[in-house]
Amino acid sequence: MTADLFSDFQQDHFALFGLPRRFALDGAALDTLWRTAAAQVHPDRFASAGDAEKRVALMAATRVNEAYQTLKSPLARARYLLRLAGVDTAEETNTSMPPAFLMAQMEWREAIEDARHGHDVDALERLSRQLRQDVRAMEDELGIALDEQHNHASAALLVRKLRFLEKLDQEIGDAIEALLF
Amino acid sequence: MALLQIAEPGLSAAPHQHRLAVGIDLGTTNSLVATVKSGAATVLPDEHGRSLLPSVVRYREDGRTIVGFEAQAEQSRDPNNTIVSVKRFMGRGLADLLDVARSPYRFVDAPGMVQLVTRAGHKSPVEVSADILRSLRERAEASLGGELIGAVITVPAYFDDAQRQATKDAARLAGLNVLRLLNEPTAAAIAYGLDNGAEGTYVVYDLGGGTFDVSVLALTRGVFEVLATSGDSSLGGDDFDHRIYCWILEQAGLHGLSAHDTRLLLTRAREAKEALTEHADTRITALLSDGQTIDLQLSQATFHAISKTLIDKTLLPVRKALRDAKIGAEDVKGVVMVGGATRMPQVQKAVGDFFGTPPLTNLDPDKVVALGAAIQANVLAGNKGDDEWLLLDVIPLSLGLETMGGLTEKIIPRNSTIPIARAQEFTTFKDGQTALSVHILQGERELVSDCRSLAKFVLRGIPPMVAGAARIRVTFQVDADGLLAVTAREMISGVEASIEVKPSYGLSDDEITRMLSDSIAHVADDINARKLREAIVDADSLLDALDAALASDADLLDDGERATLDAAMQALRDAIAAESTKDINACSHKLNQASEPFAARRMDRNIQRALTGKNIETL
Repeated sequence: MTADLFSDFQQDHFALFGLPRRFALDGAALDTLWRTAAAQVHPDRFASAGDAEKRVALMAATRVNEAYQTLKSPLARARYLLRLAGVDTAEETNTSMPPAFLMAQMEWREAIEDARHGHDVDALERLSRQLRQDVRAMEDELGIALDEQHNHASAALLVRKLRFLEKLDQEIGDAIEALLF
Repeated sequence: MALLQIAEPGLSAAPHQHRLAVGIDLGTTNSLVATVKSGAATVLPDEHGRSLLPSVVRYREDGRTIVGFEAQAEQSRDPNNTIVSVKRFMGRGLADLLDVARSPYRFVDAPGMVQLVTRAGHKSPVEVSADILRSLRERAEASLGGELIGAVITVPAYFDDAQRQATKDAARLAGLNVLRLLNEPTAAAIAYGLDNGAEGTYVVYDLGGGTFDVSVLALTRGVFEVLATSGDSSLGGDDFDHRIYCWILEQAGLHGLSAHDTRLLLTRAREAKEALTEHADTRITALLSDGQTIDLQLSQATFHAISKTLIDKTLLPVRKALRDAKIGAEDVKGVVMVGGATRMPQVQKAVGDFFGTPPLTNLDPDKVVALGAAIQANVLAGNKGDDEWLLLDVIPLSLGLETMGGLTEKIIPRNSTIPIARAQEFTTFKDGQTALSVHILQGERELVSDCRSLAKFVLRGIPPMVAGAARIRVTFQVDADGLLAVTAREMISGVEASIEVKPSYGLSDDEITRMLSDSIAHVADDINARKLREAIVDADSLLDALDAALASDADLLDDGERATLDAAMQALRDAIAAESTKDINACSHKLNQASEPFAARRMDRNIQRALTGKNIETL
């Protein structure tokens, strides 16, 4: 397999962009680094090259985009950091949650359901904004758990919680789209 | 192919330095071809000086196929054999076509894509499109005085995989080497951005003859990054014509018209629409086949009223794209208008009102897509422009798989930057299950039946295991054309199955080659000569690229590797000298294989060099 030839492409996503392996990240710097790397390997740069170079460019560009997408999203970044540390976040299998969190989930769902039935796009937009605040607060906690406390167990729980909130956000988005379009 | 090629005196001077490449806007109503000449993108006109080629193909009684104005002029006389707006049928099954009733054509359902019944036989939309593209290729080759290295063909950003694949097949059928499929709004952004040195967030509003696209782009220092795209692949200027047509029927109390009269009134409707762009009123007259005369007066105000819902319909994808890009209308620095239908004053007003700023109309909305495609083609052909710029585009619709219960599992979400790959693991649900069916879907909806089915294949030979023990990894790879390839692999046994997602209308590579050779078979030697020329051109560019690579990065190879590479290069040079197509292709293939490790190491080095520079800059 050609992939084995990529000495540097075997390195992790942080090392690829020359970034420290931690949760805290300068998003604008990542954007710049990604655009710089993408400019080097994009298949458009190799349209008149040989097949070998085209293949390699496609793989490299795919690799660079994957690394960027993973690091850009706080949830994916945290999950990835935990995976590098050998921790499985078990999002599909481990569904046990603190009762208070589950209660809050039910309330969210009811609120979304009410807004959907009431065809109330503004209420859905409001819920979406509130949810983003909750998400941001949880991302801050995640940063502390990963970068300061190095507490993998609590970080994994936060990842599972964030996954719940991400699904809620998706539901709100779908509901808004269903009402608008 | 039978055309005599006479080079213009000025252009034949340095054929090796400038490689002929074109951008083609394959539109619903009109198509154009453009190229970059002495650094400037320009549309290539026909021998009468006309830029547009009406996307109309007529299959005549005498067996000839005519394309463009001549075909358009005859469409009312021979509506069944004169195909207009064929783009609407690309990659579409009969069930997808909501407007069958308003077409004068007879359709037959073929696997995956409809076919049209003409006197020249059943024609797939791919073949009809290929006739249009062939006409443009001949125009370009006559005008540029040489064979084209390749072409960039534009597609609506909202085209799904089946529609893209159909477009690429049509281009290949027309004898064009497809350098890239490029999204129409992105092409427009290139032409606009490079002309205006634009920076910031821009929206491209592209209302063509039959498709609507909207793209949100971030322009930063030569990078065109598409943030989100949305649209409606069956909404365009044609629909405005149809509204006027319905109004005529209503006003004149007509029903059950013949194909001829339908075509005639649709033509009158289009003329009325165009007249109302400049005038407050227009008169519509027609003489129907039963002798009845139509004489109506249509005002701009009435036209605006009957077409308002169409314009509202375009604003929904606009809102959706802004949502996906996570920005508001107020964050948009400018709105670029593309497509002839954006000439309608009510469209410009609605867009201006929505964004709170008048839209940008300083580029010809009919030409801007072809010009952008030409600029891209010039770069891809290896004719370096002055500025370095880069295009980062996205897929318009999510890609996924069918899972249990007829539900869709998304693997790659819409608006992901391409190229991209994503893998997902699945398992068996029955003890001893030895095969797994993979159903590939595109769309946003949860139910399989609401998404577009792209392809189905079966992974066989899974060793019998208990339910849930097998680990089947399905990998989606989307390339820079936005085309999907899928592989499935059972991780424990290593059993593998893969599919290039060819929609089931199934023009295989062999079929395309056959149809291509059929179409130029009357000159038996021609195809062989062409194949040899193509092989030599490809081999030359491979050797040139390797020479350049060795000049800068030879230190990445040890002596043994260098000797292998040198030998493979010499073998290819010998094959070129001997003018043997077969040997050239075989040696090119070997050289490609031999140079792959070198290419990979260079790619690594380039990334690291570029990023090191950046890291120092940012510190």
